[in-house]
Amino acid sequence: MSPRDTALRDHLGPELKGRTLSDARQQVSLTDILEHSCLGDRLGELSDSSVLLSTSDQLTSGLVMIELDGVARRMLLCPPDLNPAHLQSLMQDAEIDAVVTDHPEQWSGADGRRIVQARQSAKTAAKARTERATEWLMLTSGTSGVPKIVGHTLEGLTGAIVTDVSAARSNAAVWATFYDIRRYGGLQIFLRAIIGGGSMVLSSVGEALADHVARLQSHGVTHISGTPSHWRKLLMSGSVAGFSPRYVRLSGEIADQAVLDGLRAAFPNASVGHAYASTEAGVGFAVNDGREGFPASLLGRRDGVEMKVVEGSLRVRSTRTAHAYIGRSAADLTDTDGFVDTGDMVELRGDRYYFVGRRGGIINIGGLKVHPEEVEAVINRQPEVRMSRAKSRRSPITGAVVVADVILADDQDAARCDEIRSRILADCKASLAPHKVPAVIKFVSSLDITAAGKLARRDA
Amino acid sequence: MSVRSRIIAAMRQVAEEQKVTLPSLNDDVSLHETGFDSLAFAILVARLEDELGVDPFTLSEDVTFPLTIGDFIKAYENVPA
Repeated sequence: MSPRDTALRDHLGPELKGRTLSDARQQVSLTDILEHSCLGDRLGELSDSSVLLSTSDQLTSGLVMIELDGVARRMLLCPPDLNPAHLQSLMQDAEIDAVVTDHPEQWSGADGRRIVQARQSAKTAAKARTERATEWLMLTSGTSGVPKIVGHTLEGLTGAIVTDVSAARSNAAVWATFYDIRRYGGLQIFLRAIIGGGSMVLSSVGEALADHVARLQSHGVTHISGTPSHWRKLLMSGSVAGFSPRYVRLSGEIADQAVLDGLRAAFPNASVGHAYASTEAGVGFAVNDGREGFPASLLGRRDGVEMKVVEGSLRVRSTRTAHAYIGRSAADLTDTDGFVDTGDMVELRGDRYYFVGRRGGIINIGGLKVHPEEVEAVINRQPEVRMSRAKSRRSPITGAVVVADVILADDQDAARCDEIRSRILADCKASLAPHKVPAVIKFVSSLDITAAGKLARRDA
Repeated sequence: MSVRSRIIAAMRQVAEEQKVTLPSLNDDVSLHETGFDSLAFAILVARLEDELGVDPFTLSEDVTFPLTIGDFIKAYENVPA
């Protein structure tokens, strides 16, 4: 069978024992998963259908993905925070003709679409067969407007995985992620677990972080991923004692030196790496030398991924990128040469590129530009700082000024606010152009994180 | 502390950070003579907004930007609390 016609089920079999998929409420064995179904005997009805997958929990979604892949024409993965007001337009754009849901009563007005209820996994006599290469549709995690639908194939989604499968299989990895597996970053980990022969521990809505970490620990999680914001939150929670993964991975936001160093200190026995990936561009590369940014030598063609920097932004071309935006008025996903413009701005210093921010997030100070992320990276270097958010505040004089909200690593340092503020300002002055130095620094107890695990930047 | 003394204190703070040597701060000293550039004024106005709760220069469209220190302080004193 060529990789094109290989579906998730073809990576599962009884030869690897003791594999499980679990969340806070239940645990399912992956060893005999092919003899089970969440869809009763209705999988056949979904053959060649365009299916919207909308369940309240990740576990059911994960099991249904295994069933639908290779059977459905398409499946559109709905993340939990999807605004219901966007559903109709998304379903039309994706030409959805069937819905798999654990709440069929909410879909009574589904315009003649087939509704299939997802239930607890149960033994089934019907044996599913891989019939086709299913198109995987994911939604972008932008904060405003209707999300874009991004089309992937399993082959592209797993392009960065296949190479390290044999190593993972022999090491019985237990995977976990702070992401939802219905988003690109989380799906990568789910696919690694399924294809790599391991187990996976999922997060559960509403579960306290300390309980989540206790569960990760009791399942012996070895490989775990999240955004820098997820990780800073974990480091602040004081819940890491006793948790000892072998591999800690960051992606989805800029991993600055402070969070990399913080993780290395918290997990001395783990290898800490940051990966560059996005829903559109797929997995670009991973950096495992413990330093922020990436070596300039990664540009050009390597391991099937070609990267270049044009007008300051990183462009990626590979078989792992999505193949198209889906929909009636969908824009082109790549330029005419097949490169995805990631919108992530980078800067060359010495022999290394550093991420400075998003193209759309630039603040304009009287005509001079600043990325909030470059200011945050300097603030986060202070040992007393856990995380920060720089943003724009309108100014009658310069149009805007930079201001920053800062969370201290230790509440006890609150009494030393003035001293810490002076030190942050001095460091910013020494490292940044004058217009980038925050005009006001405020100490706060929390910062908003989006459902996708990223620092909220609504007004940046 | 009066509004006036808080403004003067904030100016001294910004001047120290910006390495600006202030002249003596009499009401008739022009803002130009303070040595503050537009970024320093932007910082000062942002901080005073946090400290005093107002930014008189964006409150209304027809406020003209003051020319002297006295005008600058008056802009804050004249804002209804």
